[in-house]
Amino acid sequence: MAAASPGREPDQSPLHRTAPAPGGWRTGEAASGLALISPTLLYAAFLLLLPILIVFAYSFWTQDFLTIDHTFTLANYRAALTEPIYLDLLGRSLINALSVSVLAVLMAYPLAYFISFYGGASKNLWLFLITVPCWTSYLLRIMSWKIVLGYNGVLNSGLMRLGLIDKPIETLVYNSNAVIIALLHSWLAFAVLPIFVSLEKLDRSLIEAAHDLGDTAVQRFLRIILPLTLPGVTYAFLIVMIPTVGDYITPKLIGGSDGVMIATAIQAQFGKAANWPLGAALSITTMIAASLLAGLVVLVGRRLVRALA
Amino acid sequence: MTDPMIAIHALEKSYGIYKALHAVSLDVAPGEFFSLLGPSGCGKTTLLRSIAGFETPSAGDIRIDGESVIGKAPNQRPTNMVFQNYAIFPHLSVAENVAYGLKRLKLSPSEEKRRVSEALDQVRLGSYGERRAQQLSGGQRQRVALARALVLRPKVLLLDEPLSALDKKLREEMQVELRALQRAVGITFVLVTHDQYEALALSDRIAVMFAGRVAQIATPKEIYQHPQSREVAAFLGGMNFLSGRILNETATSLSVEAGRFGTVAATKPAGFTRTGETTALGIRPERLRILWEPQDTPHQITGTVVDRDYFGETTHLRIRAEGLDEPLSVIETNSFGADDLPRGATVQLAYDPEAFVALAD
Ligand SMILES: Nc1ncnc2c1ncn2[C@@H]1O[C@H](COP(=O)(O)OP(=O)(O)O)[C@@H](O)[C@H]1O
Ligand SMILES: [Mg+2]
Repeated sequence: MAAASPGREPDQSPLHRTAPAPGGWRTGEAASGLALISPTLLYAAFLLLLPILIVFAYSFWTQDFLTIDHTFTLANYRAALTEPIYLDLLGRSLINALSVSVLAVLMAYPLAYFISFYGGASKNLWLFLITVPCWTSYLLRIMSWKIVLGYNGVLNSGLMRLGLIDKPIETLVYNSNAVIIALLHSWLAFAVLPIFVSLEKLDRSLIEAAHDLGDTAVQRFLRIILPLTLPGVTYAFLIVMIPTVGDYITPKLIGGSDGVMIATAIQAQFGKAANWPLGAALSITTMIAASLLAGLVVLVGRRLVRALA
Repeated sequence: MTDPMIAIHALEKSYGIYKALHAVSLDVAPGEFFSLLGPSGCGKTTLLRSIAGFETPSAGDIRIDGESVIGKAPNQRPTNMVFQNYAIFPHLSVAENVAYGLKRLKLSPSEEKRRVSEALDQVRLGSYGERRAQQLSGGQRQRVALARALVLRPKVLLLDEPLSALDKKLREEMQVELRALQRAVGITFVLVTHDQYEALALSDRIAVMFAGRVAQIATPKEIYQHPQSREVAAFLGGMNFLSGRILNETATSLSVEAGRFGTVAATKPAGFTRTGETTALGIRPERLRILWEPQDTPHQITGTVVDRDYFGETTHLRIRAEGLDEPLSVIETNSFGADDLPRGATVQLAYDPEAFVALAD
């Protein structure tokens, strides 16, 4: 041991006697650690892991009218990956979720930046104000977008009143754009928080050091602030992207036929179509596709930030 | 005198109604190791950051190498700074940290590499280029911060308490290194510190500051031996304060009747103005000696040991002498047995009647 001073046997000091006793992990620190987290661990396993395992199992079975045929088959996955309707819906879900999450991060960053750097004593007030929309019901918020974007909606009548258009724009609602706008509005606050936290943790003297070493404001942002808040950006992206892929209510209410997403198809399989195994396979496929896409975006994002620095 | 590298004139800085700097004026010569010394909160950092460009002064002028830098951003000034917490970029390696400011110069990769390794060698971190900031000790981080600033060859290097985060032994080693480094590179250093020993050991000149004002600017020896005020005297080590009646005054000294000490000659500090018949006097604790053998000199007084603190090589004694309100502080080396003196022992203290200084209040 290089660190020990000569002539001293560190392992014989009384402090070291409590180190791993014979009898393995059951008596050691690992055991008390496990005991401490076991309630949460069981809870998490029961509520998170178990449902996923059940869905996973179903995806390899076959619906036989009212019963389930438990022989292993990949037919559900074949259907999920080859039927154009499912691929279409999955693709649209991924594109919509990606648009929402990227836009959310792009809009949340300036907000979080402003609050963190210029919020002064009223930072908490600003954060509170940003979360205010979340206090009203999710459904109400989506319905109000219908009022804003509708044929006789606020936006159309406003534009007409201003004389910018002669007749209402019909393509505002009941399509993917409306879904993206409504989802963005719902999730923006959730993207602000992680970015805000990482900006708050950023040591301001690092920015001053970069300034001192010759950087302009843009260089300081690209070389110091952005790389060091990337974990917050990544988290914000994931926290918006993952749930929006499977969003059901928003496309249902304001997506029209053009804005349908994969969750509608999955819901149909578990509901009217009563084909749980296909629904399960669609769910698992969506989960894996969303994870892969999210991972890819995170990797590309990191590369991009490194290249910009 | 050559033109100053830094010329600060009547600098003021207010935060709202609070005034952190009051009419600060000082000059720093090229190649000088200059220290700003003062207690916490006296405005040292504010002054240093005004030179660097991080604070905008409310009034006054700062010239660096003849050019006013007022209104210029930190990246447009020929200064670089070593921050108090070092501010090492955690996402970059040691070499990337050092190369950070060089990127702007668009050097060839080989030239950039050469300058980085030269700077790392200068701070004795030659083999640490690939390490991450998290893998470094406090002393090593400080060296990286130094290399990162010095590699840009600034006209002025500003250091904000660079050694205060280090433990005592490392701090003393780094003091020696910092001084040697400054001599080697020949760059003007401005160091902020609240540690008087650090300032005395490192500096060519020191500015002592209190409450946003400069109290005295002088060489370490001058400041220690001839402090201009009671405040400066007390901040730089121990001082026994007395008072006396002025008998005679010349251009450089005063003859003072100082009670039990008899008639003594006190050096007159620069800018001393007599305010009346009496004056405050000071004598440093190490200028009082215990007489171990009886001596036939008029310059001695009798006292009783009331307290003592043992410091290894020295002992600090508090000795109550007849006719004085306050016990005297005395510092004795332990060669003759000062560490064995019991409380209550009676001792004879000898002093040099020329070792007193007159102090403005
Ligand atoms: N940004 C600021 N706002 C208000 N007061 C400040 C600010 N920065 C420093 N001060 C005040 O100015 C005084 C001098 O501070 P500083 O220069 O940091 O002192 P020092 O470095 O000597 O400890 C302190 O009283 C401090 O509270
Ligand atoms: Mg300070």
